[in-house]
Amino acid sequence: MALRSQQPVAQRAAGLMPSRAISHKQVKVRQRRGHIWAVIFQLALFSGIIALGALLYNIVNQSFGYVAIINEIDPAELAVDGVPLNELPKDTLTRILETNISKGLMRRYENDMPFTERSRENVHELILERVVEPQVAATWSLADSIFARTRVFEEAKEKYPDSHVYFRSWLTTNFVSKAQSSEPLRAGVRTAIFGSLWVVAITILFSFPIGVGAAIYLEEYAHKERFLNRLIQTNINNLAGVPSIIYGMLGLAIFVRMLEVFTSGSFLDGGGDTTANGRTIISAGLTLGLLILPLIIINGQEAIRAVPHSLRQAGFGLGATHWQVIWHHVLPGAMPGVLTGTILAVSRAIGETAPLIVVGASTFIAVDPNGPFSKFTVLPIQIYQWTSRPQDEFRNLAAAAILVLLILLLSLNASAVLLRNRFNRNQANA
Amino acid sequence: MSIAIERPLRTEEGPNAASQNGMNRYAIEVGAMNVFYGDFCAVRDVSMQAPTNKITAIIGPSGCGKSTVLRCFNRMNDLISSVRIEGKVLFQGQNIYDVSVDPVEVRRRIGMVFQKPNPFPKTIYENVAWGTRINGFKGDMDELVERALRAAALWDEVKDKLQQSALGLSGGQQQRLCIARAIAVEPEIILMDEPASALDPIATLRIEDLMKELSEQYTIIVVTHNMQQAARVSDYTAFFNVDDNRTGYLIEFDDTEKIFTNPSQKSTEDYITGRFG
Amino acid sequence: MAGAGQGDTTVPGGGPPLDLRRKPRLAETIIQGFLFLCGAISILTTLGIVLVLGRESLLFFANEEVDLLKFFGGTEWQPAIGRFGIWPLVTATFMASLIAMAVALPMGLCIAIYLSEYAGHRARSILKPILEVLAGIPTVVYGYFALTFMTPLLRVIFGRDLVEIYNTASAGIVIGILVIPLVSSMSEDALSAVPNSLRQASYGLGATRLETAVRIVVPAALSGVAAAFIVAISRAIGETMIVAIAAGAGPNFTFSPFRAAETMTGHIVRISGGDLSYDSIDYNSIFAIGLLLFLITLSLNILSQWIVRRFREEYE
Repeated sequence: MALRSQQPVAQRAAGLMPSRAISHKQVKVRQRRGHIWAVIFQLALFSGIIALGALLYNIVNQSFGYVAIINEIDPAELAVDGVPLNELPKDTLTRILETNISKGLMRRYENDMPFTERSRENVHELILERVVEPQVAATWSLADSIFARTRVFEEAKEKYPDSHVYFRSWLTTNFVSKAQSSEPLRAGVRTAIFGSLWVVAITILFSFPIGVGAAIYLEEYAHKERFLNRLIQTNINNLAGVPSIIYGMLGLAIFVRMLEVFTSGSFLDGGGDTTANGRTIISAGLTLGLLILPLIIINGQEAIRAVPHSLRQAGFGLGATHWQVIWHHVLPGAMPGVLTGTILAVSRAIGETAPLIVVGASTFIAVDPNGPFSKFTVLPIQIYQWTSRPQDEFRNLAAAAILVLLILLLSLNASAVLLRNRFNRNQANA
Repeated sequence: MSIAIERPLRTEEGPNAASQNGMNRYAIEVGAMNVFYGDFCAVRDVSMQAPTNKITAIIGPSGCGKSTVLRCFNRMNDLISSVRIEGKVLFQGQNIYDVSVDPVEVRRRIGMVFQKPNPFPKTIYENVAWGTRINGFKGDMDELVERALRAAALWDEVKDKLQQSALGLSGGQQQRLCIARAIAVEPEIILMDEPASALDPIATLRIEDLMKELSEQYTIIVVTHNMQQAARVSDYTAFFNVDDNRTGYLIEFDDTEKIFTNPSQKSTEDYITGRFG
Repeated sequence: MAGAGQGDTTVPGGGPPLDLRRKPRLAETIIQGFLFLCGAISILTTLGIVLVLGRESLLFFANEEVDLLKFFGGTEWQPAIGRFGIWPLVTATFMASLIAMAVALPMGLCIAIYLSEYAGHRARSILKPILEVLAGIPTVVYGYFALTFMTPLLRVIFGRDLVEIYNTASAGIVIGILVIPLVSSMSEDALSAVPNSLRQASYGLGATRLETAVRIVVPAALSGVAAAFIVAISRAIGETMIVAIAAGAGPNFTFSPFRAAETMTGHIVRISGGDLSYDSIDYNSIFAIGLLLFLITLSLNILSQWIVRRFREEYE
């Protein structure tokens, strides 16, 4: 009886499951397959990191390296009595300038600013610009400059016998502090940096209060079951996924064209500077403001939701009105999260290019913006323009400008982290 | 329903007469109150009165809607949009659910202390001062803070660190700070929702002592799951139970002594003696 | 306190000492109204997008040079000679997106599986910020990367004759790199949301870590992963700067990934980057393209949200 009842069980196990030895082998195979895939997963991750590395390497590689320069007149020839050009006094420099450029040009410089008032450095610069007239003949990447130095010099000697070759960092203090120029050796990004700062300032002024306000409304006041509020919420989620270039077209049609009277600033002075049309800093700022609004709202909502409910109840229990509870307890509690989200969104705005091209960033301006109604260019636009030029030296400029942009973004994000930490500490101590 | 509304309140004079007298026997009178979460009836047909300057305890098994009932007394349930309340809650003769009544005014008069200590992430001083400031207090704030902290038996422990964060206090101290915060705005009634359930036994005893002291000036209504606590501190006790539909209802309301020694309902006795719940 | 309180509550001309009546709180009402307006601005934005794109597109289609049938059927986009066939722009867009997805989906999913199922807490806390850095780099920088790194690399690998200087492959690969963090973080969220009890059950039956991850966890999180994929596709289609820089500047009806071709977004940027007259057909045409782009990405986003919502219902 006992035997009969055991038999079928034993048979079933023996019939359908593999024997112990086979099973042991199979487990080994399965484990090996597991290890292989584990390596593949890891490789995927590392190739992601390698991509990031390649990107950064590529930019640094283009930002520094040898350049071959051909001068119209060798600065050594301009030396007077054996004193090199860069050590000559101002009077001598002025005389050199006078003898080497046309009278008309000299008069124009005099009209811009009398030579008696100009500094020695200024005159020296003018000589470099107008007399020496250095031109970039060729540039080499950092990797070539380090690992194939002899080849670089040979190549330069062979192709550009008149040139002299020196190691150049395209990212210099001059690069940051000088205005845009069509001469790659003298071009800078100051105008673009100011443009970016102006645009972002408008963006923040517009989107921060409205974004936080909307987040408060949705989290604190809106009845979730009301159709209108659900519509607003769904709508915000969808807006976050709209391509940025669409916002550019919205900005073009609304801010640049429809509201031209306001965005060109002509409502202020009755039509003074109309060259900008509506393609001004304020149009750009508002466009980017609309673009990052959904991000600020969604982040803000999360931060507000994270404030413990007990704090609200404590406030209400003391007879506070809804707004008093929000203003004194919910917002301070949510602020670190709100600020972090805002800074992330602003980083996005600083890096945005496409919508600003559509809104109409200026292709070339060498004058710093002086207000929200100025024409503008921004760092990413500058990078885009330099990248689109076929000459190598503009690629180098673009790389240097990218470094400036990345440093700007990095410091912004670092400040976000610091701000959040300090806020948290204050909250705990206060 | 109509029967419930006609059920006489336990007042000798009727609610309106009482309020015009100036001195009310009862701080809160509840008449035929039903509470709904959406379609779900959480508590049905509650009628009870909390006498002025006494401690009333609300006890019952978990899920019987004790806290829900308590939150109805200062309209804290308004904060949940799905909650609907029927019936009357009279505070000094006025129905606080009347359309003309401002819930903010109600909460200003009927303070609340919550289950878990919830001090604001601000200084100790600011925790006490905030409620009075938003309600328009313009007198000597230092004195008021000291008075409230003394009344909450916390002053001696915190007088040297008023400007430190309230979050640095122990759980029991935090809860007494919350009580100080509540009495600083001088409410008529203090509602306490299991005020000691998150505290250790010693801190619990201090809170209980404090409640007894405070009951000389304030009406206190306390929800507790701890029957010994109800027996120790309260003057009156309401016993709630939950029916098969998960709806809570009032079984019995009487002197605490009577509830604990000679309850009129069988289920009260079962609960008191630990046979269920 | 009592004094101030009394002053608040006593009604002039006597009355009960206690007044609980509602008082008009003007400031509160104004604030609440303002906050509602803030929320409503998002609706206005959407309305603005729809109206602007719709109106200019209507003007475009109302133009006698334009034929709706030829717009959706034509394989030549030459505004100068009145040819408005959308297909060259659409094929370039989809080719770049397809290549991007071929890079981003497997990579993103593998990274998500690794982070969620293999990596320890420490490794995750180091690796995730690195991926976030990747996501935070402006797209114009990626465009530069595509043109100055990826294209030369492709030309070395496949030969200079085959690969043009501007090509969709380079742009597509770099778009793929750009959306990897998006795919991996959304997929990882979905994988991490799978209850641990499922994993334990699988291990309890003798499954290996790989089998648990691939046969149990990924299928359980499939809708979340699918939603991530769809959002990534939408993002790739809408991506602009990378294709504007690296994919080419002229509509070209081709299916070769190594030839220059202009995508919808790239075309909008190039046309609006020049001096654009508001009354020209060029101006109207970019809005028609924009409308198409908006409708494609919007339906993809709605699809992904729908999938996520369905997924949630299944689990409850």
